[in-house]
Amino acid sequence: MGLYQYEVADIKKTERIDRLVSHLFARMPEIESARARLITESYRTTEQEPVIIRRAKAFVHILEHIPIIIREDELVVGSSTIAPRGCQTYPEFSYEWLEAEFDTVATRSADPFYISEEAKREIREADRYWKGKTTSELATSYMAPETLTAMEHNMFTPGNYFYNGVGHVTVQYEKVLAVGMEGIRAEAEGLLAQCRAGDGDYARKSRFLQAVILSCNGVIAYANRYARLAEQTAEKCRDADRKAELMRIAGNCRRVPAKGAGNFYEACQSFWFIQQLLQLESSGHSISPGRFDQYMYPYYEKDRKEGTLSREFAQELMDCIWVKLNDLNKCRDAVSAEGFAGYSLFQNLIAGGQNGDGVDVTNDLSFMCIQASMHVRLPQPSFSVRVWNGSPHEFLIKAAELTRTGVGLPAYYNDEVIIPALVSRGLTLKDAREYNIIGCVEPQKAGKTEGWHDAAFFNMCRPLELVFSQGMDRGVQVGVKTKPVEEMREFTEFYDAYKEQMNYMIGLLVNADNAIDVAHAERCPLPFLSCMVDDCMKRGKSVQEGGAVYNFTGPQGFGVANMADSLYAVKTLVFEEHKATLREFKEALATNYGKGLTKEMIGDMTARIAAGLKEAGQEIGEKEVAVIMKTVMEVSEMPAVKEKGERLLKLIAEVPKFGNDIPEVDAFARDVAYTYTRPLQEYRNPRGGIFQAGLYPVSANVPLGAQTGATPDGRLAGTPVADGVSPSAGKDVNGPTAAANSVARLDHFIASNGTLFNQKFHPSALSGREGLEKFVALIRAYFDQKGSHMQFNVVSRETLLDAQKYPEKYKHLVVRVAGYSALFTTLSRSLQDDIINRTEQGFNY
Amino acid sequence: MEDYRQIKGRIFDIQKFSIHDGDGIRTIVFLKGCVLRCRWCCNPESQEYAIQSMTVAGEEKTVGRDVTVEEVMRTVEQDRPYYYRSGGGLTLSGGESLCQPDFARALLRAAKESGIGTAMESMGCAPYDVIESILPYLDHYLLDIKHMDAAKHKEYTGRSNELMLENAGKIARSGQTRLSIRIPVIPTFNDSAGEIREIAAYARKLGNVEKIHLLPYHRLGRDKYDGLGREYRMGDVLPPTAERMQELKAAAEAASGLPCRIGG
Repeated sequence: MGLYQYEVADIKKTERIDRLVSHLFARMPEIESARARLITESYRTTEQEPVIIRRAKAFVHILEHIPIIIREDELVVGSSTIAPRGCQTYPEFSYEWLEAEFDTVATRSADPFYISEEAKREIREADRYWKGKTTSELATSYMAPETLTAMEHNMFTPGNYFYNGVGHVTVQYEKVLAVGMEGIRAEAEGLLAQCRAGDGDYARKSRFLQAVILSCNGVIAYANRYARLAEQTAEKCRDADRKAELMRIAGNCRRVPAKGAGNFYEACQSFWFIQQLLQLESSGHSISPGRFDQYMYPYYEKDRKEGTLSREFAQELMDCIWVKLNDLNKCRDAVSAEGFAGYSLFQNLIAGGQNGDGVDVTNDLSFMCIQASMHVRLPQPSFSVRVWNGSPHEFLIKAAELTRTGVGLPAYYNDEVIIPALVSRGLTLKDAREYNIIGCVEPQKAGKTEGWHDAAFFNMCRPLELVFSQGMDRGVQVGVKTKPVEEMREFTEFYDAYKEQMNYMIGLLVNADNAIDVAHAERCPLPFLSCMVDDCMKRGKSVQEGGAVYNFTGPQGFGVANMADSLYAVKTLVFEEHKATLREFKEALATNYGKGLTKEMIGDMTARIAAGLKEAGQEIGEKEVAVIMKTVMEVSEMPAVKEKGERLLKLIAEVPKFGNDIPEVDAFARDVAYTYTRPLQEYRNPRGGIFQAGLYPVSANVPLGAQTGATPDGRLAGTPVADGVSPSAGKDVNGPTAAANSVARLDHFIASNGTLFNQKFHPSALSGREGLEKFVALIRAYFDQKGSHMQFNVVSRETLLDAQKYPEKYKHLVVRVAGYSALFTTLSRSLQDDIINRTEQGFNY
Repeated sequence: MEDYRQIKGRIFDIQKFSIHDGDGIRTIVFLKGCVLRCRWCCNPESQEYAIQSMTVAGEEKTVGRDVTVEEVMRTVEQDRPYYYRSGGGLTLSGGESLCQPDFARALLRAAKESGIGTAMESMGCAPYDVIESILPYLDHYLLDIKHMDAAKHKEYTGRSNELMLENAGKIARSGQTRLSIRIPVIPTFNDSAGEIREIAAYARKLGNVEKIHLLPYHRLGRDKYDGLGREYRMGDVLPPTAERMQELKAAAEAASGLPCRIGG
């Protein structure tokens, strides 16, 4: 039994919410220039001052001057851009990519943004100041040459923090709700008063605390600007109802976040300003609201007891916040945009779970969070629910109802894995029990952690390519010069070579991350964010400088399934059954199994041959390179090459694959995952914390798969690698329970930065109460086996129609209807139509 | 290991995560061989006992393999966590499981003895002593009744219905298993309200029936007829509409006084 009573009944959506949503999505998001201009203005005037003061002054300057707007119908206000879903730019982190993409950003396929000529001019003008002053430039100068080479060769991609702010944090919203910015300011003033000029840490600490005080004042001033705007708008407003709303908004903004929230409505407004302004201070994404249902509950409970708040109005306010979370936006470079497709800011908000004492604290608001996601049906917040053995059943059923809508939310998290995993990383049991999720899948304790949770994508397939090439890539020695595969006599020799390449690349990855880490500490410490994370104030330093209680760096590996299947295929076919040789594998991979070469592969091979000839003393000019290239293309298309490729593909197809509940294969996959997770945890970051692995690719498995050659699991060059810890697409042929059993056999405890397991369902699997019950049972059973995360895509009618049109994109789409499962695209047209009709009807069979 | 776990039988598929055939999440074992030849059958490869070759998506596939109870149970065991959480278990389907009575009984017994719930989809088309010997190991009988008219039954399925209807009564009276009646709703065969009502009324008379399931005709098995080189005799008959199914559900409910649902 949990601590709280709760009501399960649905609450209706108001028309206001529909209007807010349609207003938000009326046009393409836009890039605005105000922030770039303002931060540059401020920086020009503070060159002689400590960096932390410069940051605070720039933040205040932005808050005092950035244009503000109250959108029609809003009850909770605060917008970082005039245009709905617009974004500001952050030249202090990097800027060159944006200028280079000015003319294509509106027409690119992933996450386009409109940008006016005037904005381009202003941003260009501002950018001029930043040459040589960005975090990315400083980070580069901290990296070893071999690290830069490895990055050029796509071994890993720390692009996220290399070019942007870090974000990926949950602050102490509860503290702001309780004492307000004035309370935090008072704390900083108190600590500052205790500082003595002779203290060893005086210089940094005093300036940090001063920066906090400046930031608090800036935030209060910003809220007051909104109060004035609300009053002015009210004065002109003819609609009496709206006028009253605006006056109430003005009152809220006068009080919060300066002071503690006096009621639920004020708490909503206070929360929102913090959530919004954290993102205006830095450009990071995944700034996650965390346990909203917990820190908001005291205000809700008090108002309900006093009879001053209806559940309906509380729901409407929450719905408003859900909409606002979609008003914030961020423009990424074209490549990253593909990796994080969908304008996603990954503001993860989680409901349910335990308190620090291990008691279930699911409450009314937990249910209303689910309801809000059902009402707005938008990608933000990235909504999650915590599941443990004591979770109320009705709560999970309600969550399953949300899954059934097909929005891809919520994600389900297993307390029974995550809590011990966090304890093993040094969190106290109490802190671990209070965890929330950052961004995609990364668990941590709010208000105490700088987790660097999304520190890089590490492609586990690339080191295997290096085993076959002895560390060469496009004619350059990128990895370790391991033994030629032709000379390997035992599988362990081969596997050890892979581990050696992995270890080497992991070391370089750490160098890249730590270089970027130092650059952020030196150039972009964040005083506002830091004043809401323990123990920054006491220690007198920002989170970027190591002020947080818990410090981690979490780069994520992906391609586990591909590597498990690849190494298992080599082990089986070469060393056990002797049906193929490593030389054959090498040739087949180099020729993409005779299925045609990608541009990258032709370039790579040409460069390799040219380098070899050069070493042998031959003159290699442009003409010679052209001849080599032609030969490469001809050879790869020879019938003998195609035949050999076919033969090998056939053999590989017969080798058992990860994802089918075959204990031996799954145990092997577990070991393969260790090649990434174990070496990584031995490394330390500059903030005094350790590295911890995640195993999830966001959506980067597609663009980064495009940079990956053919792999011994039969995967062709340039095609996507496996998604998260999920089996390779189409390789799991025994249904969702078998796939889940396999995935559960990986070690989810050591991948404490999170694992991601996606499953797809036809809506009929969730129809009726019974469908929901079975669905919840599936999650429970996977979690019983110590899986850590699960997320579901319910296939929509639109998807099926698209699959009819573009079957090649949906080769692995399985539909299960009437206890009958089939690969959708192999069905005849009329049967496909049948299934589409069933989807439409939501038929109970 | 006990002997009965070494009994061999012939199956053509095992399907995990089955959620429309019995309670909870189940594993269905499809036994090969059937006494009927229903025109609408969505698993035509189930009908012959002989191992066959079928073309699936352009490739030849062997349908049918001989396995021991032990081997099947190894697969069934794999999803135990899901049965435990959902109240699911093993379902035998076919074909008609009663065509391989020793194997079917041994499978159900093996499941029961290791704490896994059991169900069986069957027409009840076998001498009653065969059925009786299975009942101690069966938690839930999902009994098909397709039509009350003997002649029409024979025309569309190849056999008359007397034995099955008689067995239905005996199974109900035995009180040894939960009993649900499943009615495939097949346009051109039994989709009039009157025909459904007759079956429903029979279900009421049986007593001890827990629920009636109306299973709407679907054409998902049609490609398999091509794959087996057989003619699909349902032609272009369309699945019943959702509205039609609702009407029939109401009719069945009225006539039986039992809870009815559309789907498994």
